Amino acid sequence: MNMSEPQTWTGQALPRLEDPAILRGWGNYVADVASRDSCLHVRFVRSNQPSGRILSITAPPHVKLFTAADLTGVSPIRAVLERPDFVAVDTPILATDLVRFVGEPIAVVVASTEAEAEDALDLVVVDIEPLPAVLSADQAIASGAPLVHDVEFPGDPNTVVDGRIHTPGFDEAFARADKIVTIQVGSARQSAMPLEARAAHAAYDRSSGRSTLHATLQMPHMTRTGIADCLGIAEDDLRVIAPDVGGGFGAKMTLAREDVAVVFISRAMRRNIAWIETREENFMASWHSREQVYDVEGAFTASGELIALRGDLMCDVGAYCCYPVTYGVEPLMAMAELPGPYRVGEYSVRSRGVITNKCPIAPYRGVSRPVQVLAMERLMDVAAAELGIDRVVIRLKNLITEFPHRSPSGLVLDQASHTETLLAATELADLSDFATRQAAARADGRYLGLGISCFAERTGYGTPALAMRSQPITLGLETAPTITPGFERVILAMDPSGGVTLRIGASPHGQGLKTTLAQLVCDQLGLEPQAVRVIASDTDATPYGWGSFASRAMVIAGGASLLASRDLAERLRVLAADRLGGLASDIDLIQGSAIRRDTGGQVALSTLARDTYHNAQLIPDKGEPALEFTGVYDPTGTFANACHIAEVEVDSETGAVDITRFLVAEDAGLLVNPAIVDGQIHGGVAQGVANALYEELIYDDRGILITTSLMDYLPPTVAEMPHIEIAHLQTISPQSITGAKGVGEGGTIGAPAAIANAISDALSPLGIGVFHLPATPHRIRTAIRAAQNRTAQEEAIA
Amino acid sequence: MKPSPFEYVRPASLEEALTELARDPDESKVLAGGQSLIPMMNFRLARPERLIDINDIPDFAGVTVGDTSVNIKARTRHLALQNSSLSGPLGDLLRRSAVQVGHLPIRTRGTFGGSIAHCDAASEWCLVASLLDAEMTVESLRGERTIPASEFFQAIFTTAIESDEILTSISLPALDGNYRTGIAEFARRAGDFAIVAATAAVQVVDGTVRDARVSLGGVSEIPFRSAAAESTMLGQPWSAELVRAAAEAAALEVDPSSDSHGDAAYRRDLVRALLPRALGEAVSP
Repeated sequence: MNMSEPQTWTGQALPRLEDPAILRGWGNYVADVASRDSCLHVRFVRSNQPSGRILSITAPPHVKLFTAADLTGVSPIRAVLERPDFVAVDTPILATDLVRFVGEPIAVVVASTEAEAEDALDLVVVDIEPLPAVLSADQAIASGAPLVHDVEFPGDPNTVVDGRIHTPGFDEAFARADKIVTIQVGSARQSAMPLEARAAHAAYDRSSGRSTLHATLQMPHMTRTGIADCLGIAEDDLRVIAPDVGGGFGAKMTLAREDVAVVFISRAMRRNIAWIETREENFMASWHSREQVYDVEGAFTASGELIALRGDLMCDVGAYCCYPVTYGVEPLMAMAELPGPYRVGEYSVRSRGVITNKCPIAPYRGVSRPVQVLAMERLMDVAAAELGIDRVVIRLKNLITEFPHRSPSGLVLDQASHTETLLAATELADLSDFATRQAAARADGRYLGLGISCFAERTGYGTPALAMRSQPITLGLETAPTITPGFERVILAMDPSGGVTLRIGASPHGQGLKTTLAQLVCDQLGLEPQAVRVIASDTDATPYGWGSFASRAMVIAGGASLLASRDLAERLRVLAADRLGGLASDIDLIQGSAIRRDTGGQVALSTLARDTYHNAQLIPDKGEPALEFTGVYDPTGTFANACHIAEVEVDSETGAVDITRFLVAEDAGLLVNPAIVDGQIHGGVAQGVANALYEELIYDDRGILITTSLMDYLPPTVAEMPHIEIAHLQTISPQSITGAKGVGEGGTIGAPAAIANAISDALSPLGIGVFHLPATPHRIRTAIRAAQNRTAQEEAIA
Repeated sequence: MKPSPFEYVRPASLEEALTELARDPDESKVLAGGQSLIPMMNFRLARPERLIDINDIPDFAGVTVGDTSVNIKARTRHLALQNSSLSGPLGDLLRRSAVQVGHLPIRTRGTFGGSIAHCDAASEWCLVASLLDAEMTVESLRGERTIPASEFFQAIFTTAIESDEILTSISLPALDGNYRTGIAEFARRAGDFAIVAATAAVQVVDGTVRDARVSLGGVSEIPFRSAAAESTMLGQPWSAELVRAAAEAAALEVDPSSDSHGDAAYRRDLVRALLPRALGEAVSP
């Protein structure tokens, strides 16, 4: 390396700085914190009824039990959006009078060890009088349906969000279409299923009266606000720390009733308390997602132009409202983003969130987008078949090509490469070669298929975008305590030894942010990434921020870090110019030194740093005796985009699907660390494969969840994963100051539709299309059997 | 700790283990690999008060080849059978079955006898025992007895082993070179318990089926010997059509129940698909 050339870390596939400790087993998870403490342990008594009235809760005298009646002064969790169609409900920390889903926490047992707590759980008897339950969205909205919550519903029963958009030219465009293509798509309930289930350890400090909560979280600051509000304590009475987090995927951004209870009990008993969730509890009570059905109509011209799109979107959101993003998160995202990468002329949509007596939903990687993309991509394939147009051609005809593009729902799509990613993916896939192989296989009685999926992934959106979910009617009044996430703030400091710390409000949990932010900062400061320590996930040590979710951290926390590091770099150049002469603009920061470009004169950054603190008399401009800068970034958002192509072979006898090839052409803007981006795509595609073929939370007709173990709920393992080929495009958008776009969710968003299209392509000779996921072997084989029986009957008639 | 409280003993001999077991047979469970028992205890579906760990008992694992039979000691690990050098059609069947048991870490720990004593109808070893009319030897302080497979497997998770008895060895018939054996199973993911599994052993002499054995898993509470499939094939000239006819006969004979992995019609379809695959494997050179 040439000493005079500034080193560029951005764009390098640097191994993650986080990994050595985690891979050696030196990670520090909440259960590790608990295991080092002689704390008490709790277990939650949970409802075995989907709907009922608690008549009594009894336990032997030696069992230490907390029920709702013991939670004096504790307020329920309340998350609201300010929209006329939004109906708010409260979530009590423990069920007070009614239970509303199987798994709902009713009481807490406290014991000296986890084993004793588990034993005590067996001794608690809860008498519940069953009440009528609603177990599906259709049941819930029927006239006269039992109400999950006894609140006022302005529209249909149990309808808590009812968003609508109808563009002025819709009816005219719909009427003049040559072809209306009608489909229904749906997704089963899913669990984000992080490897580490939930966990909390609350410590009480008698001297200060402060509590410290270690929990497995994506939003530590928001969690502190939520718990402080529920308990009626000052935020400073609570420190929240998310140590190493064993996977979040969205499921750990929502405030847990259990975490609130654990902090309350710790304060009430003035003892340290731990709760380590079991996998069974995690399945029953730790947030579900994506139980959605969309009825979609596309109005096409004969040449395949989509001139109008109609959608009736239904989301079963379960029994309570997740905090802070609310149960509007699925229906409102679906409503705003359904058109995706397509230039839909006119748009009419109704999108509903409906409460039922099932586990509440919360965001899970992709939120509604896997279903949105399933809808649009199945629509494109069905329309192509019905209109006799090639499936690539119909997409090229409708993909957005001019940017910025204003969508009919009011979103502004920034610079992207929809056409280019589609062409890159189809070239890699070699469609004509595939057609040859498919034809040969069909002659052989084998079913090969190829499926395409194009999508736009809205990422890195800050306050302005999230504020659009509300339609304020009482702005300025304090009646609606809405929460609008968005900005990120960082504090970047150089200490007297020249070491750099970056304190961030974002809260990484597997994204490698401690590596990628260090790469960004080091490009400004001329240091090696190992010299930068990123401090995150501790409310005592970091500035208030929103955390890591919605594919935002690299864009927003990254942008804030870039701004702060530019300021620090400029300050170092000013200090160096004072020593070396010349102007600040003559100074380069290279390998730990400030170097004057023309003379080659140099001074170590550590000298500048030490003197700033220890010899403040040398500071040239009466500046502060510190090297500390804040960075704030709050963008409107940027859209990453990609095209996925799946190749499958369907075993017609068993209904099994083998994914034989998987391609991703991704455009996430500037790649700060290509290895980490590829890792995000691999993990995302795995969860997309799960959605497409494997994972499904199933309630029986009594409202009892029957998939409560990993023998019943089936995440794919590495043996089920195809090799994933990735091509990167890098469109640089002015909407992200780092040039990076978010890429955390794309794999999950695009893969289900690609696989559904591939299976449908494979089975097209049998007239079978896949519209509802997961496409399990049982469902596929049942469809094939029906098709074969139909054929046999037709032959018999003929 | 998720299981309910239990006492743990680790005897150093079979006699000591039987003595421990006799103290309180109904509240004790024998722990070998723990492949199924430990998860059931963690779910508190099993709540034994005492665990008798047989892992220290000497001379409790291994395969002995006799003139007409092969004896497998109960604590023989799945992996030992996967790596077994036993020749002939029985060795083929044992290796092909072993590799389908769970994942590698499970196969290093789980045992042949433990799997048979647990009596899961989708378990490879229960199917093999049923297929070949294995004889199970059990011992207690009262003595030793041998139980044929037809009497051994009684109901779901229920065998003829009395609560004071320990399964000590399993005897399988040595199969001559005219036998061809096979196993085919269908699971959602690699290593999962099969939704349906088919095992077959067919003796073909001069192109004619002289012995036909078919045992199916996942279609009933215990391994299902398909008399219909067997009688379809017996005495007939071997052909692909015969295989399909046998599979159809088996599919019509079984009466499976439905669960979240598949309904009865789907399991019948899997029998149709898998038996030819097991037999195809069986007759391929």
